[in-house]
Amino acid sequence: MMVHGEIWTAKELFVYPNEYIYWSIQIVMYPFMTGLVAGAFVLSSLYHVFGIKQLKEMARFALVFSFALLFVAPLPIVLHLQHPFRGINVFMTPHFTSAIAAFGIVFFSYGAIVASELWFLYRKHFVEVALPLKEKQDKSVGEWLKFILFCTLTLGVYDISEEALRRDHKAIKVLAAIGIPVACFLHGYAGFIFGSVKANALWMTPLMPVIFIMSAIVSGIALCILTYTVTMEIRKFLAKRRMSPTQRFRSPEELKGVEVNVIRMTAKYLLFFMVFAISLELLDLIFRGYTAVKSWDVLRSVIYGRDFTDIFILQYAIGNLLPLILLLVPGLTIRRTLIATIFVLFGVFMMRWNVVIGGQAFSLTFAGYMHYHMPIIPTDWETFKEGLFGALSVFVLPFILFWVIAKIFPVFDLEESH
Amino acid sequence: MNRRDFLKNTARVIGGITLPLTAFKIINPRELLASTGDTEKVRWVFLVDTYKCVGCGMCVRACKLENEIPYDAKVTRTWVERYVITKDGKTHADSPMGARDGFTTSKIDLGIDGYEEIKNQDIDKGFFVPKLCNQCANPPCVQVCPVGATFQVPDGVVLVDRTWCIGCGYCIMACPYGVRFFHPVYHTAEKCTFCYHRITKGMKTACVDACPFGARQIGNLKDPNDPVTKVIMTERVGILKEEYGTKPQVYYLGLDREVK
Repeated sequence: MMVHGEIWTAKELFVYPNEYIYWSIQIVMYPFMTGLVAGAFVLSSLYHVFGIKQLKEMARFALVFSFALLFVAPLPIVLHLQHPFRGINVFMTPHFTSAIAAFGIVFFSYGAIVASELWFLYRKHFVEVALPLKEKQDKSVGEWLKFILFCTLTLGVYDISEEALRRDHKAIKVLAAIGIPVACFLHGYAGFIFGSVKANALWMTPLMPVIFIMSAIVSGIALCILTYTVTMEIRKFLAKRRMSPTQRFRSPEELKGVEVNVIRMTAKYLLFFMVFAISLELLDLIFRGYTAVKSWDVLRSVIYGRDFTDIFILQYAIGNLLPLILLLVPGLTIRRTLIATIFVLFGVFMMRWNVVIGGQAFSLTFAGYMHYHMPIIPTDWETFKEGLFGALSVFVLPFILFWVIAKIFPVFDLEESH
Repeated sequence: MNRRDFLKNTARVIGGITLPLTAFKIINPRELLASTGDTEKVRWVFLVDTYKCVGCGMCVRACKLENEIPYDAKVTRTWVERYVITKDGKTHADSPMGARDGFTTSKIDLGIDGYEEIKNQDIDKGFFVPKLCNQCANPPCVQVCPVGATFQVPDGVVLVDRTWCIGCGYCIMACPYGVRFFHPVYHTAEKCTFCYHRITKGMKTACVDACPFGARQIGNLKDPNDPVTKVIMTERVGILKEEYGTKPQVYYLGLDREVK
């Protein structure tokens, strides 16, 4: 009879009988996805709170994208649970000494902030869509549905006078400001889940939440640049095809100009947060080596030996150093930024991997190792959800959601004052 | 009412309500219990005499059958470890199948690396160490359970509610002793309970009963006449992984520094 974890765990030397890699790929995905949520939100707040004008276009995009990601963030945990349908128990009997118990509260308060900020941002748009439909006689079924949807979204508020919009603007600023610490908490707390496990020598460090927040912001910004650029490229492509410059489509040249500026500016912030993230991670590594407590022998053999490729080649060299060089060399082009962001995202993913899987690569005995073999071809539900395809599904879903949500919250060419 | 009046009145009402409320003291049930004295008459503890253990694995078999852990599943509530320390100062340790079938070969099980033959003349010392849940006084597994499905009974034993556990695995990660695992049938967190269903009815645990050499004993630390309590109080006993601050309640006689 197979035990949970046995199928993807290979034990080497002295490992306790019950030890397996219990936290697998979905637990790698969980901090990765929440990190993207938090990062995207912080990026959008840079404009709303600190008024960094160059990020205006990116800010709205990032906020909507953060909303799409938000729905996917709890999915990896649910997929990882042995009893997914009991996940609701966390809300029914939260046991607050546990770091996971607060998830519901943090998650929903964060969700409420993003949703209300979005509402204030798009209120004018809702009204502008709903009002003409209201007056229109003999609506088609589609228009009826659209009318009902947008009517509901206005929440019965149709006042879009200058005065009202100014108040909206204020509300957005306040919400974005509250949102930054909450977003950091949402993710820092994911770091706390790991950092507070005293039984795990690799995880236990008070730096963990801070490292997680920094890498979260890095990954969020990188993903926003990536998605933004790709969407812009698609729009340019469409603009070229429909040569008649209708009102919805600006000319390709105009789009290009907008794009380069936005991306260069965002890339600067990406660099800034990357430096923070890398410094913290290196500090952690150096500190462990210098203090060399009991667990250091086994940690050293994992970090500099077994996981060397994963940590130093894939995470630090390809995921950090390479994009750092790509972004720092003068004359930044869109293509170069795009490549750099893909490497950054990969690097952050590898960081999560090296924390979650790396933290289980050695035994509690400090005298044995465990190797993780991620299930590729699913043979049953468990190897699907805790395998390559489960992880890919989780990664792809926010993009599909974004596509749907962007139909209600248009991210481009919205004329308004915010 | 204008805003100023509204704020004034609000402040008055809040002040008026809170002032008398401060006269009440919120009493923490634990504080109350401490002030009236610890009324609990039982604290289950375990004593392992490693000098007596021969690694036969009778305890592991008994445990698996008693507690319905699938016999061939590679998880177990209790297990026995073998330590062989060679003259070159190296420690070799293993626990094949948790020593369910005892140690049938003198070769050391290295997992995916196969087996290691150790010559008799190279051995400095060798011994067996039975392991089970330490029923910690400060259990990290209870602390991290997000739904409170794992809890500590006042007599010290940590139990799991199979009907409420969501299977997140956080408790498994939090235990420094590796005693927890997912039950292959119920898919919930599983652990040694000191055979709670037996000890609360006056019986011994299955492993204690199965041990032919008396290497395992269970007792009540609150009873000064309990033979186990006497040993713990008068002899030199060790505990496992003290550095984690879990305050484990399984005591060992003849613990070696090489025990992991």
